[in-house]
Amino acid sequence: MMAAFLALVRRDLALAMRAGGGAGLGVVFFLSVVAVVPFAVGPDLVLLARIGPAILWIGAMLASLIGLERLFAADVEDGSLDALTGALLPLELVAAAKGLAYWIATGLPLVVAAPFLALMLNLDPAAIGALVATLLVGTPAVTALGLIGAAFAGAFRRGGLLIAVLVLPLAIPVLIFAVSATGAAVTGPVPFGTPFRVLIGLALFALVLGPVAAAAALRAARG
Amino acid sequence: MVTGPNGAGKSSLLRIVAGLITATSGRVQLAGLDPDTRPAEQMHYLGHEDALKGALSVAENLTFWRTVLGTPGLAVAEALDEVGLGGLGRLPAAVLSAGQRRRLAIARLLVSRRPVWLLDEPTTALDASAQARFAALGRAHLETGGLILAATHAPLDFGAKARELRLGATA
Repeated sequence: MMAAFLALVRRDLALAMRAGGGAGLGVVFFLSVVAVVPFAVGPDLVLLARIGPAILWIGAMLASLIGLERLFAADVEDGSLDALTGALLPLELVAAAKGLAYWIATGLPLVVAAPFLALMLNLDPAAIGALVATLLVGTPAVTALGLIGAAFAGAFRRGGLLIAVLVLPLAIPVLIFAVSATGAAVTGPVPFGTPFRVLIGLALFALVLGPVAAAAALRAARG
Repeated sequence: MVTGPNGAGKSSLLRIVAGLITATSGRVQLAGLDPDTRPAEQMHYLGHEDALKGALSVAENLTFWRTVLGTPGLAVAEALDEVGLGGLGRLPAAVLSAGQRRRLAIARLLVSRRPVWLLDEPTTALDASAQARFAALGRAHLETGGLILAATHAPLDFGAKARELRLGATA
């Protein structure tokens, strides 16, 4: 079962890295959003530092969702998903493996790129450290919740709209606690750990709920 | 063999047996399978689509299915030889013709050993010699104690023990 899980992760990573795979799409979107904000807001460094974590998190959240539409849709269209039901993996783990590969290809580059973009928004080192920590914990949660939307998008043609409508409300708590944890690291009044632990709790919840709900959605849509 | 006109429900029957969809009435009873393993893990389901990724090479596609489906059968190179794709392993699957893609999908049946084959129009796009070759693979599978449920329009010679289930048209 483990070998099958890893094989699926490796295949999805290989597909993401090759031409047309779209691994770079999320990070380029992230870069564009964050790069244009200082032009829109103006050269007020104090203001940028204050709203910087929120902008970076909004950018990262939307960038994590951008490639999800095709995650299951591609496998539904070419019959891979039907053939995968015969695999040694339950559908929940199929969804989890695809989510993991998607996060490595799309979410992890965001975490790596964030410190450099944070410099553009005049964030101080403590805020950058907190931001990277929240992204590292929060983007897997967003991806896991995104699996639910991706499963519906795969089941219904042109379901891309569903992802934003279904997933964003679920991801809002992650956004709230991630940004407040970053703010807490800089200004207080609560210590960084308090909202960060809530964020970890939300992430663990999402990591369990996402694949299970996505598998249920795929099954329901097929029957 | 399941035969019948278009829309008679051949594919639906196969998908119900494979557990992909649930029947509105009646139930599927499978005798003789290992009760400790999920039925889906003892079946190959070969649908209309070939379940191939164009960005991966022929051998990568097949290696993926060999690992994911488990119970390894033939090695990847042997299976490719068997379906007449020997030497094409390093080509991207995107450049294959429709018939070659079908052959590669059929090779999936060989790299993982499973007793039940559910085949939906298995010979679409195959040329005459490939059809004959496929029928021979099917007969070999039956001789080793396997079972094949195939929905087809083409005459496939699976040997003397083949039975035909003819589905009527939807009135």
